[in-house]
Amino acid sequence: MSEFDLNHVEPIYIDVLTELGNIGAGNAATSLAQMLNTQVKMTVPKVELLDFDKIGEAMGGEEQIMAGIYLLVEGDITGSIMFLLDERSAHLLTSKLMGTTPTEGELSEMEASALKEIGNIVTGAYLNSLAAITNLTITESIPDLTVDMAGAILSVPAIQFGMVGDKILFIQTGFTGDEELNAFFLLVPDLPSYDKMLKALGVIQ
Amino acid sequence: MADLIKVGMADLKLCIPPAGITTLGLGSCVGVALRDTVNKVGGLAHVMLPDSTAIRNNSNIAKFADTGVAELVRIMEQAGAKRSRMVAKIAGGAKMFNFNSDSAMMQVGDRNVEGVKKKLRELGIRLLAEDTGLNFGRTVEFFPETGDFVIKAVGKPVKTI
Repeated sequence: MSEFDLNHVEPIYIDVLTELGNIGAGNAATSLAQMLNTQVKMTVPKVELLDFDKIGEAMGGEEQIMAGIYLLVEGDITGSIMFLLDERSAHLLTSKLMGTTPTEGELSEMEASALKEIGNIVTGAYLNSLAAITNLTITESIPDLTVDMAGAILSVPAIQFGMVGDKILFIQTGFTGDEELNAFFLLVPDLPSYDKMLKALGVIQ
Repeated sequence: MADLIKVGMADLKLCIPPAGITTLGLGSCVGVALRDTVNKVGGLAHVMLPDSTAIRNNSNIAKFADTGVAELVRIMEQAGAKRSRMVAKIAGGAKMFNFNSDSAMMQVGDRNVEGVKKKLRELGIRLLAEDTGLNFGRTVEFFPETGDFVIKAVGKPVKTI
């Protein structure tokens, strides 16, 4: 029986998960800045328990077009992690990486592959820092990328939460750079993984 | 056009003409549109998971294909619809990400579609049309007056089934 219950989350857990999000995203921002040779700042992470029907709103509407890079998390912690960005930010990031001018509309194959790589690196940095502080082994699968409506992309993690409760736990961090970037992380540990993380940090016995 | 009634994720609602009803950004979830062909009473459900009996925490009946379809039928009957005159159209059940994993989680779109079809068969409700599977999200609009089920996807022409 898992101690962590999504229907009754104590404030201290939220604080701890916020801090984890902070550290993870901080590391990811650093790796992004190095990769793009530009300044990347992040916004204060928000941890929220949202009802399913509020998910789309949190991302600016269910039909907002976003790019989602999704990886399965394996090891001591299992679940998934998603790096989400709006279409404009996706073009901006890939153009910076490839040294081209930002395009519009559908991503080219080249851009999609660059974006996957960006997702791979930033989520890797995020997970590495979580592994370091919790002293747990965390590995990740190869990434897959989808550009589609926010609601459709987020249905994937939402369904994972749906198997254990009626809410989704968002650890959401935004980035800003020289130019504004709209990007988020969404870490979706399986329920037993919360216990492991919180135990590893000494928050629960 | 009049405002559409909005159905959220893991939600279901009744729709009486001339109103229309919509749910936005279906991914692996399935949108189930039902209508009584005689008095035009309709409804739409947005289900997330195939089977309530496989999950311990299953109090939200709109979340599951089996209980969600049954509940939609129930509220439509309360509004005067007859089950024997109901027909269905469904959309969604996409596989949004592609992994070399045969985990049940990755197949959830297909399983949702199967779960809905199974329940419809059990209830004797005929499935008239579907736009399911593949790898993209869908927004649907349903008009019980005509039975039109409009499907919108990013970068694809609007289609009515």
